[in-house]
Amino acid sequence: MDEQLKAELSKQGIFTTSLQELYNWSRKSSLWPLNFGLACCAIEMIATTMARYDLARFGAEVFRPSPRQADLMIVAGTVTKKMAPQVVRLYNQMPEPKYVISMGACAISGGPFKQGYNVLKGIDRFIPVDVYIPGCPPRPEALIDAFMFLQKKIDAQQITGAARPRHLDADQPSEFPIPEFGPHDLQPTSNPAIWHPPLVQISQAGPDESRHD
Amino acid sequence: MNLDTIKSELEANIPGCHAEIIANASPAAQHSLLIAPEHAFAAATWLREAPHLRFDFCSNVTGIDWPTKEVTTKIKVLKQIDGAEKEVEESQKTTTPGYLEVVYHLYSHELNHGPLPLRLRTADRDANTHLPSLTPIWRSAEYQEREIFDLYGVHFTGHPDLRRLLMWDEFVDHPMRRDYVDPDDYEYEPTAHDEVLTRATQHATEAGRP
Repeated sequence: MDEQLKAELSKQGIFTTSLQELYNWSRKSSLWPLNFGLACCAIEMIATTMARYDLARFGAEVFRPSPRQADLMIVAGTVTKKMAPQVVRLYNQMPEPKYVISMGACAISGGPFKQGYNVLKGIDRFIPVDVYIPGCPPRPEALIDAFMFLQKKIDAQQITGAARPRHLDADQPSEFPIPEFGPHDLQPTSNPAIWHPPLVQISQAGPDESRHD
Repeated sequence: MNLDTIKSELEANIPGCHAEIIANASPAAQHSLLIAPEHAFAAATWLREAPHLRFDFCSNVTGIDWPTKEVTTKIKVLKQIDGAEKEVEESQKTTTPGYLEVVYHLYSHELNHGPLPLRLRTADRDANTHLPSLTPIWRSAEYQEREIFDLYGVHFTGHPDLRRLLMWDEFVDHPMRRDYVDPDDYEYEPTAHDEVLTRATQHATEAGRP
């Protein structure tokens, strides 16, 4: 519908909308996060839901204790390799449409524990992430910002056509393979269908010649 | 609480028990008691029960990996060369076999003294890594012994529930050992340098990137 005509009609007291707008508006206004935290970022997530920051203003006050009732997974904290299969399993148990916020340095990349043997170097190796929040831990304002960003993202989704989201495309998977515990590492170490190592220009760095041990 | 008296009393009370005082040269001077594993359980029981010691609390258990050490020393040897006696420098290699060590920190709440660091050493790092578990004496050692089993590979005989604590059961390595090689699963670093740069370059070459 023409935006100008719509504005003209609303001046006359006639409200018009499209199914897509209604659909997106209702979904973005009632995102129910999954009630689970992994580390210190979870404390900030809890603070966000409390009276001072009040995530309820954005329709996300109902933290669900079951993945079957949740729309949004906030991966708040360090994902250890021992925990990673459970996180992926919880994600798989959530019904579509579902979204993931990767909160904090650890959930993005492993953070300060990146070079350790037991920490997953980013949850995006196994599940698709919609919004990343940097910080260690991010402040509640940052989580609210990420939440509003996700709402904008949902609002812009097309319900038909080639650009439609995953849950409206029957060919797209809604579940992702759960990694298994191997003798040295998780198997596989990442899901190649959704994650590739980022392209970094290594040759520009060059050997560090300033150090003389 | 004198370590020398504890040592001599221990050797007098536990037949066949041999204890050794490991001196700490630092200003802290926290000397510790090394006990042979075969008498460790009896010795630990005695340390807890003896009325003038009463070590009723084990605050901490930790593991140490001592890898095999190879030391090259240069010594001067007198040798007959062309009929004349000459002093020649020769390098001599001495290998100290590695072992795993477990340290228990004992306190007494009743008599308000401690700590007494108690050391146990395994025979080697590969096949004979068995030590007696002191969990039946101090229950607080249970999880920490499990952690040491997990990260160092010390097998505690007599432990009520010896499973891995931090890593998953299928895991085979012991990450805190000095010769542990961690999985090569970090492919990049925004500001790579040193070892990480070497790894990142290797990953980039494998992927066919410049």
